[in-house]
Amino acid sequence: MAEPKALMAEPKALPPASGHDKLMIGQSKAGIYVAHAILILGIVIVAFPIYYTFVASTHSLQTILRPPLPLLPGDRFVENYSEALFGGVGRIGGVSVTTLLFNTTIVALGIAIGKIIISILSAYAIVFFRFPLRMVFFWLIFITLMLPVEVRILPTYKVMVDLGLIDTYTGLIVPLIASATATLLFRQFFLTIPGELVEAARVDGAGPWRFFKDILLPLSRTNIAALFVILFIYGWTQYLWPLLVTNRNDMNTIVIALKKMISFADADTEWHLVMVTSMLAIVPPILVVVLMQRWFVRGLVDTEK
Amino acid sequence: MSPRVVFPNKILPYLLVAPQLAITLVFFYWPASQALRQSMLREDPFGLSSKFVWFDNFKKVLSDPNYLNSIQVTAIFSVSVAAVAMGTALLLAVMAEKVVRSRNLYRTLMIWPYAVAPAIAGMLWLFLFNPSIGSLAYGLRWLGINWDPLLDGEHAMALVVAAASWKQISYNFLFFVAGLQAIPKTLIEAAAIDGAGENKRFWTIVFPLLAPTTFFLLVVNTVYAFFDTFGIIHAVTGGGPGKSTETLVYKVYNDGFVNLILGDSAAQSVILMVIVIALTAIQFRYVEKKVHYG
Repeated sequence: MAEPKALMAEPKALPPASGHDKLMIGQSKAGIYVAHAILILGIVIVAFPIYYTFVASTHSLQTILRPPLPLLPGDRFVENYSEALFGGVGRIGGVSVTTLLFNTTIVALGIAIGKIIISILSAYAIVFFRFPLRMVFFWLIFITLMLPVEVRILPTYKVMVDLGLIDTYTGLIVPLIASATATLLFRQFFLTIPGELVEAARVDGAGPWRFFKDILLPLSRTNIAALFVILFIYGWTQYLWPLLVTNRNDMNTIVIALKKMISFADADTEWHLVMVTSMLAIVPPILVVVLMQRWFVRGLVDTEK
Repeated sequence: MSPRVVFPNKILPYLLVAPQLAITLVFFYWPASQALRQSMLREDPFGLSSKFVWFDNFKKVLSDPNYLNSIQVTAIFSVSVAAVAMGTALLLAVMAEKVVRSRNLYRTLMIWPYAVAPAIAGMLWLFLFNPSIGSLAYGLRWLGINWDPLLDGEHAMALVVAAASWKQISYNFLFFVAGLQAIPKTLIEAAAIDGAGENKRFWTIVFPLLAPTTFFLLVVNTVYAFFDTFGIIHAVTGGGPGKSTETLVYKVYNDGFVNLILGDSAAQSVILMVIVIALTAIQFRYVEKKVHYG
């Protein structure tokens, strides 16, 4: 998945709204009811695949194999989840779900944190220093915005083989942490910081490191949080790259492992466990998005302040 | 850029850009230049020797009926995904603008799919619509539709379009809501006082003022449909049945990693790079404009 483009200047996100619907001029009461009805229908469509996966994850394999599946959760929640999580030998090519979740977490955190660190540093250099080749570096970084991994998979794969990075966390993470988006966002934000602030810091005898640590980092907190949410999701949902650079099953991310579990052609697929694994793969990023909603929306829509 | 107060330091800035620059050179520029070189080479089947063939690979790729098919598939796929995902999101955003009660709840429930990996989104939809155990496929058959996405190319296309659009609705929804909020309410109220009905207000005031957002989303959705949906195609149809869902990115992967036709795959990569650069250029022209006049 390419990173979401968050480069557009847009006004604030939804204002806090509570209480009753107030009619604007030209609005009818019936219109409001229709609006609620359409929204509810929309949410049913949006939420249904996820809800139904949860339902399927609480039924036995036999129930799943005889459609239609009931609309309400079954009574196998505990059995299915404990079988998937702790059931003897791992299900997916001898690898336990916990290993897969661990791998995916490492990759997602590695990408998010790595990207934030290298791009805040390079943006700091480009905005707060003057040095030969500064703009050359800026453009070298900027152009990578146009080269998503999907368009250069084979040669990048070859580089990975040559460097011996197949089946390593480094191989899964590092190629994905270099990208222009985060650098551009930090640069954009740094440019809004008044020069007086730098001057004051220098008069007070603060060096570049002190300024970075005591002034710039605290000011960037919201931006970092917003980027973190988006990059964590980006890392968690990677598909093509992990597919290429992992051969060993115990280095798979959970998304890749799920794909390997499913075979629609033969009847061996243990659907109830597939559904449990799907839930385990979906829930962590959903929690991040929902719990950090404020920063997430800001990160997507509102980053260019 | 305006003259800024800066730190006088000779070496530190180089150290600061070094990590990103090193990674960029090793994992972007080196492979990209390899792709360019490879796209003009032809290797023998054993990979023992290769010769420089200028643009022969491009000629070969562009006259290959399979490639032309894949261009057509990508076009149909992208247009459908953009239309479905943006249309649905716009409708829901307009409705969400109208209501005040439980607006935040609606938004919270609407953003879930953003966090679902494309490949998993595809698998969930395949689970619902797979001919043997899918509950919704059961429903379709009950309605008398001879549904089989594993054999029928059009059904397969409908399924991947549905999964891909479903995932993109959240993103479009958030942007449309933000775009709608930027439209001054007074304009709409003035039109209402002048007697313009709800439909008329939407098409003559709201929709034109929303054009920048719509255009931005159009580019983003196209890029999404081109590149980010690889997981959906790979997990759900594998490009099949036949080659009815083989998009350009899937074909690069398939020719390079499965069929091992390196020259062709590299030439296709280069063509894709040109497409991405064009799309990005369009987007930035627009963003530039936005910065000046917005």
